[in-house]
Amino acid sequence: MLDQSRGFGDQKAQMTTALVLEQLLNGVQFGVTLFLMAAGLTLVFGVMGLINLAHGSLYMIGAFACASVAAVTGSFWLGLAASLAGAAAAGALIEITVIRRLYARDHLDQVLATFALILILSEGTRWVFGSFPLFLDIPDLLSGTVTLPGGTPYSLYRLAIIGVGLAVAAGLFLLIARTRLGIRIRAGESDREMIAALGINIDRLYTVVFALGAALAGLAGALVGALQSVEVGMGEPVLILAFVVIVIGGIGSIKGALIGSILVGVTDTMGRILLPEAFKLMLDPAAAIATGSAIASMLIYALMAVVLVIRPQGLFGGGH
Amino acid sequence: MREWQVNFALVAIMAGFVGYAVLADEPFLITLATRIVIFAIAATGLNLALGYGGLVSFGHAAFFGLGGYACGILASHAQDYVPIFETPFLIEGTNQMLTIWPVAIGVSAIAALAIGALSLRTTGVYFIMITLAFAQMIFYFAISWPAYGGEDGLSIYVRNEFPGMDPFAPMGLFQVSTGVLILVLLLVWRITNARLGLALRAARQNAQRVSAVGIRPFGVRLTVFTISAAITGWAGALFVDLNKFVSPSMLSWEVSGEIMIIVILGGVGRLFGPLAGAMLFILLEHYLGGVFEFWKILLGLALLTVVLFARGGVIGLLVREPRNG
Repeated sequence: MLDQSRGFGDQKAQMTTALVLEQLLNGVQFGVTLFLMAAGLTLVFGVMGLINLAHGSLYMIGAFACASVAAVTGSFWLGLAASLAGAAAAGALIEITVIRRLYARDHLDQVLATFALILILSEGTRWVFGSFPLFLDIPDLLSGTVTLPGGTPYSLYRLAIIGVGLAVAAGLFLLIARTRLGIRIRAGESDREMIAALGINIDRLYTVVFALGAALAGLAGALVGALQSVEVGMGEPVLILAFVVIVIGGIGSIKGALIGSILVGVTDTMGRILLPEAFKLMLDPAAAIATGSAIASMLIYALMAVVLVIRPQGLFGGGH
Repeated sequence: MREWQVNFALVAIMAGFVGYAVLADEPFLITLATRIVIFAIAATGLNLALGYGGLVSFGHAAFFGLGGYACGILASHAQDYVPIFETPFLIEGTNQMLTIWPVAIGVSAIAALAIGALSLRTTGVYFIMITLAFAQMIFYFAISWPAYGGEDGLSIYVRNEFPGMDPFAPMGLFQVSTGVLILVLLLVWRITNARLGLALRAARQNAQRVSAVGIRPFGVRLTVFTISAAITGWAGALFVDLNKFVSPSMLSWEVSGEIMIIVILGGVGRLFGPLAGAMLFILLEHYLGGVFEFWKILLGLALLTVVLFARGGVIGLLVREPRNG
């Protein structure tokens, strides 16, 4: 990438701008996938008061469903539909069999039971698919590049992920603000006994919300699956980053999840590029890259610490 | 059964297991018993915060790993005869456990003081997510910092020394670890019956009332969180001596989860709960893992059953009296 942009001219400044723009887009793309994870988590926490560690497993299930259906049918799009359906079905099944018993329990029980689900789902997937990663190709329609201002080519697929993520965000806002389901979700957040008294089937509402969050996680897994390998254990690092996002954005807030995600995605990606460069001004290149990348790996957690000091309830958190 | 009877039975089972290993000349079983003891120490640390204090830390692997790295780094410098620092003053490595332990305990305690000061500003589900996130931060730092092996970890070739211990016999480290476990159990027992422990339990039950009598819950919790992390860090140093190897995997979130599972399976807030949990966990891992490659499915089902239907773990099932905390 560096060599290509050097070909466009000797101005170092131009190359740097192009590089920064490219990395900025990578950061937004990363942030958008984090949003798909964080939105489900924060919705489930906001409505049901449940912390769900197994959300990362639903991400993994989405990726495996997409990769295996795409491998059999040859169509990425069928795989994508399978990831949504598979993750939503898995989510509904988990909710009905296990999660439902946890709403009235304390957070420790929720953590342990959903940790147990991770063990079962991860090892189960390893049993079925083996330990070797699966690979998922970017669909032909999106496999090209577009030229950014400044002349750098940029992956069309990553741009498409950004588009999907922003569309989902807009859809979620509309769903919650404008639809009957959204009204019920908001009512469930503020007073679950009252909406049950008003004749709404609260069990079904919780299953639907959980399956919706699961489908979003599965979609994220499928979209990222074409960029990385699809393997057991891919969900948990993303899950923990989604936790960081929620801590920053505030639990239960979709808006907080969106802004937190983009903030975390961009900070992480830009930090990994810019910090080693910054340290090169002070240290020799090898030491600068080592120090810079080690510190860059901690940057988002430092961001989280700063938010905690200033606003312990998160940027958009109410008072859960 | 009474709780002391269960505790006595647990110790008797351990002693019988090790006695059999000696008589049958199975050094590997002694290593397995040492693993149990070390995880029991780590979980005793977590039990102090989680069981007695209600502080659900999902990041104790951070302290386990930091203790481990303190041990690994000091030992590797001693082996290579390379000082750690020369300026501004000379610090050299060491292979003496009695020097390594205070460093491991100190490093974990300082980290816990910083992490605790930030995370204890919040409660409940925030606290769980934040401790998990900070542990992950240290995990990624260990992976990307190349000086001590990065992702590949760091080997030490000879077990560190303890006065009178044979570093080449598995029995030596077992005895040393058991000594540490006894000390740590005494410490936790002492704390839970002292003013600090009483304030901690009171703060778990009703923080406002504790504030009203003039005790700041934050200070009590931070002190206990730090002691808890220091104990887990000590276990980390022993674990590295057991394996003669330290790597970022000691810092991973799975390890935090495993330490927590040990506390829960054994019995939350019971003094000997972590020992019971560690015995169950390590023996399941060894014997079940030998028969069925995907034994973690069964572990998950067992954990799910305990959480949903048998709250209180092994000791809670056997003991009828309510827990003291």
